[in-house]
Amino acid sequence: MAASKSMKKKVSSKAIEPGDVTAEYEAALENRKTEHYVLRLYIAGNNLRSQVAVENVKKICDEYLKDRYDLEVIDIYQDRTKNPVDLILAAPTLIRKLPLPLRRVIGDMTRKEKVLVGLDLISRV
Amino acid sequence: MPATKRKMNTKTAHAPIFEFEKIPSGIKGLDDITRGGLPKGRPSLVSGGPGCGKTLFAMEFIARGITEYGDPGVFIAFEEKTDDLKKNFKSMGFDLDDLVNRKKLVLDHITVERSEIEETGEYDLEGLFIRLGSMIDEVGAKRVAIDTLEALFSGFTNEAILRSELRRLFLWLKDRGVTAVVTGERGDRTITKYGLEEYVADCVITLDHRVTNQIATRRLRIVKYRGSIHGTDEYPFLISNDGISVLPITSMSLTHIASDERISTGIPKLDTMLGAKGFYRGSSILVSGQAGTGKTSISATFVDAACRRNEKCLFFIFEESESQLIRNMKSIGMDLEPWVKKGMLRFHAVRPTAYSLEMHLSTMLKLIDEFKPTVLAVDPISNLYPIGDDIQVRSMLMRLIDYAKSLQITGLFTNLTNDAETGMYSLEPTEMHVSSLMDVWLILKNIEGNGERNRIFSIIKSRGMAHSNQLREFVLSDRGIQLRDLYKGTEGVLFGSARMAQESREAGERIRRNEETARKKRELEAKKTVMENEISLIRAKFAREEDEIKVLIGQDVSRQKASENVMKEIAVQRKVDK
Repeated sequence: MAASKSMKKKVSSKAIEPGDVTAEYEAALENRKTEHYVLRLYIAGNNLRSQVAVENVKKICDEYLKDRYDLEVIDIYQDRTKNPVDLILAAPTLIRKLPLPLRRVIGDMTRKEKVLVGLDLISRV
Repeated sequence: MPATKRKMNTKTAHAPIFEFEKIPSGIKGLDDITRGGLPKGRPSLVSGGPGCGKTLFAMEFIARGITEYGDPGVFIAFEEKTDDLKKNFKSMGFDLDDLVNRKKLVLDHITVERSEIEETGEYDLEGLFIRLGSMIDEVGAKRVAIDTLEALFSGFTNEAILRSELRRLFLWLKDRGVTAVVTGERGDRTITKYGLEEYVADCVITLDHRVTNQIATRRLRIVKYRGSIHGTDEYPFLISNDGISVLPITSMSLTHIASDERISTGIPKLDTMLGAKGFYRGSSILVSGQAGTGKTSISATFVDAACRRNEKCLFFIFEESESQLIRNMKSIGMDLEPWVKKGMLRFHAVRPTAYSLEMHLSTMLKLIDEFKPTVLAVDPISNLYPIGDDIQVRSMLMRLIDYAKSLQITGLFTNLTNDAETGMYSLEPTEMHVSSLMDVWLILKNIEGNGERNRIFSIIKSRGMAHSNQLREFVLSDRGIQLRDLYKGTEGVLFGSARMAQESREAGERIRRNEETARKKRELEAKKTVMENEISLIRAKFAREEDEIKVLIGQDVSRQKASENVMKEIAVQRKVDK
């Protein structure tokens, strides 16, 4: 987290100039630290992969989004009504409904950095 | 096992070789090649480069499946939006909205944005299968189309997962028992991009769009078809405003019924040469000759004669425009315009290079279907050679002729030859190829001599009828086509002005001879008169002499009587005893 700390300093020390995309992004990333997250995890049946995914997501949420997230786990076999709305192709799929924009993360969430990048919790770089 | 028993029965009753069930693809001509359509309840793969007609293939399979065979369908588009699809296919006469409203079709567009997706480990595409499954259940679909695989899989990066999911997708479709068409892009060297799809699909069809001599031709090939015999050639196909039509150029059979009816050629003397009756109805006629020998005039005359008999004619012209041809034919005293106005005659004038051979063929077949002619003329077929090689042109003509014959349409085809240097019957190889398709072959030839060029006409062959073996001089006049006998006499064979000169010489000779005879007759007549005069003179003389002699005789008698009387008187006076 050393990298993100140094970035935080940079952002706070400088006023954001209009049109400075990088600065805006950094600021938005900073906001993520306080925003409320609404997440939806789609899994396909109660198999090993699904279990791993649920566990991993929970772990990450507890670590990074403590007390400021809602997580809904949906088994696409059980609940078919939500599938057409969220257009799930791959399972498991984690969708960040809020804050906008919509984000999608697929797989069993074993690669933690990828999940964090997908949820905009750490910088892409 | 009653099921196997039944199977055994059908096996023996219908086909000696078992083939699994097929369903009509809805694509014109394809079912002829595949002998029935696509494998029922199995996935087929259609692969090809961009713009080769994959989406159209898939959509026709679904839409015609609904409209023509009553099979509900699901179409999943990963590339085109549903609104675009609806618009695109409306122009082809498919009202997709209507099909959707009638619960016959599910049209779904799924976007896969790779940038939105972060891959964090193992996953599968179960979501897609479930979605697909619920759509199939929604309308009770029997047909499914997925267009295209690449667009779906481009959203994901893990190739190992993709490959296994691809295999699973095909197996899943098979398990569901739906007949599926999955489209995919062609790979660099392989049939498909992943080199896997073609192995998991039960039927693989490749579409190809290639350009030769600046003319694009679409081709279709069935790469594999598990458990079935199929045509293996590359078949040209067309995309016209009513969809794909595949032209199985080699699968036509010779089963047409031959007619005994004869129709006039429009040239009385030619009818005479063809056993006094003309062509057989439904036969194919080749008129070949050099430039300017009157091929078009022969075709126009034939067409004109057919129109006079109240028959509908279709005239394909590749060299002139309609109005030009009509004008030109007026110069030989033939007016085709009224036939056009009456709807008896339709021209289709187009440059051969306007589109590909297959497109020409399909246009022709379509026009034949629309217009329903009984006579068809193509002028000239040789103009097709720039856009196809011998075999292609030949197979195209074969199909056209076979099609015409199956409908009892008499077809006349002209062919321009350029064998100016060679003899009367020397043939070009291309002509050899084409001629075997034809029932009647007429040849026109220019012959130079005496500082002029004359047209000579002859019948090379005419299947199934006695025909003249004589050469004729072919004369175009303002009263149409005339075939004249050649001069055959002591001076050899003469034609053109030499023939005319010889004929006039002979005519002079004849007049002179006639005059001679008349003179002799007159002479004889005169002699007769003289003779008769003499006879009458002799008669007159005789009559005169007769008179004189008679007088003399009369005198003698009266003199005798007088002397007798005198003797009597003397006796009386002498009182002679009685």
